[in-house]
Amino acid sequence: MTLPTVGTRTLFFTGKGGVGKTSLSCATGLALVHSGKRVLIVSTDPASNLDEVLGTPLTGAPTPIADAPGLYALNIDPEVAARDYRERVVGPYRGVLPAAAIASMEEQFSGACTVEIAAFDAFAKLLGDPSATIGFDHIIFDTAPTGHTLRLLTLPSAWTDFIASSTGGASCLGPLAGLEKQKALYAATVTRLSDPAATTVILVSRAERSSLREAERTRGELVELGVTNLRLALNGMFTAIAPGDAVADALTARGRDAVAAMPVGLARLPRTETPFLPRGTVGLEALRDMVRSKAGDVPAASPVKLGALPPDLESLVADIAKVGRGVIMTMGKGGVGKTTVAASIAMSLARRGHRVTLSTTDPAAHVVDAVGEDVPGLTVTRIDPEQEIANYRTEVLAKAGVGLDAAGRAMLEEDLRSPCTEEIAVFRAFADTVDEGRDQFVVLDTAPTGHTILLLDAAEAYHREVLRSELDMPDAVRNLLPRLRDPVFTKTIIVTLAEATPVHEAERLQHDLARAGISPFAWVINQSLLASGTRDPQLAERGRYEIPFIDRVASACRTVLIAWKA
Amino acid sequence: MPTACEDEKGKAMKKLEIYDPAMCCSTGVCGPEVDPVLVTFAADLKWLAERGVSVQRYNLGQDPQAFAANPAVLREMEAGMDRLPIIVLDGHIVSTGVYPSRDQLTRKLGLPNEEPPREKASSCCSPKSGCCG
Repeated sequence: MTLPTVGTRTLFFTGKGGVGKTSLSCATGLALVHSGKRVLIVSTDPASNLDEVLGTPLTGAPTPIADAPGLYALNIDPEVAARDYRERVVGPYRGVLPAAAIASMEEQFSGACTVEIAAFDAFAKLLGDPSATIGFDHIIFDTAPTGHTLRLLTLPSAWTDFIASSTGGASCLGPLAGLEKQKALYAATVTRLSDPAATTVILVSRAERSSLREAERTRGELVELGVTNLRLALNGMFTAIAPGDAVADALTARGRDAVAAMPVGLARLPRTETPFLPRGTVGLEALRDMVRSKAGDVPAASPVKLGALPPDLESLVADIAKVGRGVIMTMGKGGVGKTTVAASIAMSLARRGHRVTLSTTDPAAHVVDAVGEDVPGLTVTRIDPEQEIANYRTEVLAKAGVGLDAAGRAMLEEDLRSPCTEEIAVFRAFADTVDEGRDQFVVLDTAPTGHTILLLDAAEAYHREVLRSELDMPDAVRNLLPRLRDPVFTKTIIVTLAEATPVHEAERLQHDLARAGISPFAWVINQSLLASGTRDPQLAERGRYEIPFIDRVASACRTVLIAWKA
Repeated sequence: MPTACEDEKGKAMKKLEIYDPAMCCSTGVCGPEVDPVLVTFAADLKWLAERGVSVQRYNLGQDPQAFAANPAVLREMEAGMDRLPIIVLDGHIVSTGVYPSRDQLTRKLGLPNEEPPREKASSCCSPKSGCCG
């Protein structure tokens, strides 16, 4: 079996970024329409490439996919959803309230929290309100990268709890004033998610240890949320056709070993395996190959004429080391190897005798594993959202809770349970970490793209807030955005793979960074099979497929190429 | 027959309305820095409500209708957004641009201050503590 069997009306594909959730969602949808069903595919990822994979421009409404009758797709862009929400609330008061009042209302609706909540709101409408998707036999959610997906999935129960227990008038429901009115809808969403007759969640993973570990973590969290109808889909399973090529043998062995050592909870799930496709999975033709489980014809290995390939990572580190201090941020979609690249840069700087802190804001990252050894001068830290929230609550209670009576204190504690608190707490920790770059190197393995952008958006919103506020703001917070924008202080490195989707997503990321006034120092193309020297026919085919993407990146920006390593 | 607005003594219940600037939540904990004044004020309102005062809070970001419906409040806002918060007692504006202390509130309301004076929260902050939103 190469694609998950479909027994419920709603399907979720979840997994670490880059494991192929979108491809599998689309291939599964395509297989369903081939059997006469009407299917709606939904993306809620702010960095979605659903339109690219399906070859059709998408909107927030179901759009028919040309050449696949019965298949529809829509893209919930959280920023657009937030804008729509803002306009629904603010619009009726233009010309009624003074312009300054309108401006201050709009400002309240411009941050990350609104984006997150508005996206969830749109998502809940689709899942919790059957009339929104009437006429479709199946709804497939190509969900956002893991951390984001989990927040999306945990929100319903968290919020239902929150709304249910919120007494008094002080409930901090944040910018979504109408939330209380949505209670029934959110309750329906939670019920739908945990009903095994209604919903299947497919954990998508590569046959790699880190990817499987991530899937196991997600499995545990979903089970805890009462979501039990789970499947495992192993995507891109590679087996060398003939032994003898070092890279192909290593790749085969790595996959085999990872599957053999899979956590027990995952191994017990019903499982499907989808083979490695040398030509990728963008476009309906490639997806049909996936449905047929056909790798496509692999031509006999013809010698690849290699031009001058971009240099390796050391050349980049040498330039970074010259400044002697500052922040290095590796950014990119999940699954492109940001953690490994960040760890390599940090270790290389430390070996050159610099003091380096390697830190992550990504709860899914395993920075310590990526380093794997003690390097003198290198400290590994992690911004743990739960810990940061706890610290923040303690700090606020100590500062603002002084002199409050019991009732006032209870009210403050209740407001501190708001979903907004996490965003603020993480933001402050991020600012503190960046601040350390004043007198040493700080390498930040940032969270997956969607969340990172939200973080930067938050930085922008905060920056405005900080500038007009007379509050006693920590310097680290006040200085954050100017530091991120200073190309000497902060070097932003975009990590990608030489494939269509990762390159396009990295280009989108670069565009978003430009909006925040940040331009990248360099691009790193990671895990290149072309540079690996493999002669395996399937892998060499995939390597050839990398060439136009490497050329495209290298012609636009300083570029580093890292060969695939076992 | 006493209406719902009257307490058992038949005396009209005092009605306090607060028109807040746009903010995430009434204690302000959603802002980039928590403003102790906001936290204290929220607690004081709760204390007043327990003593039979009818308290209603309107947040510009969440209840714009209340602002639009009150011509006196609108006039103040047109004069400047720094007039917020506006405190209205029984339909009359009694304070603008500042969150009064519990002491000031009880005096405006003509209530006996039965609570011992509390440690004063340090006030270095504008009410414009923003929001995560």
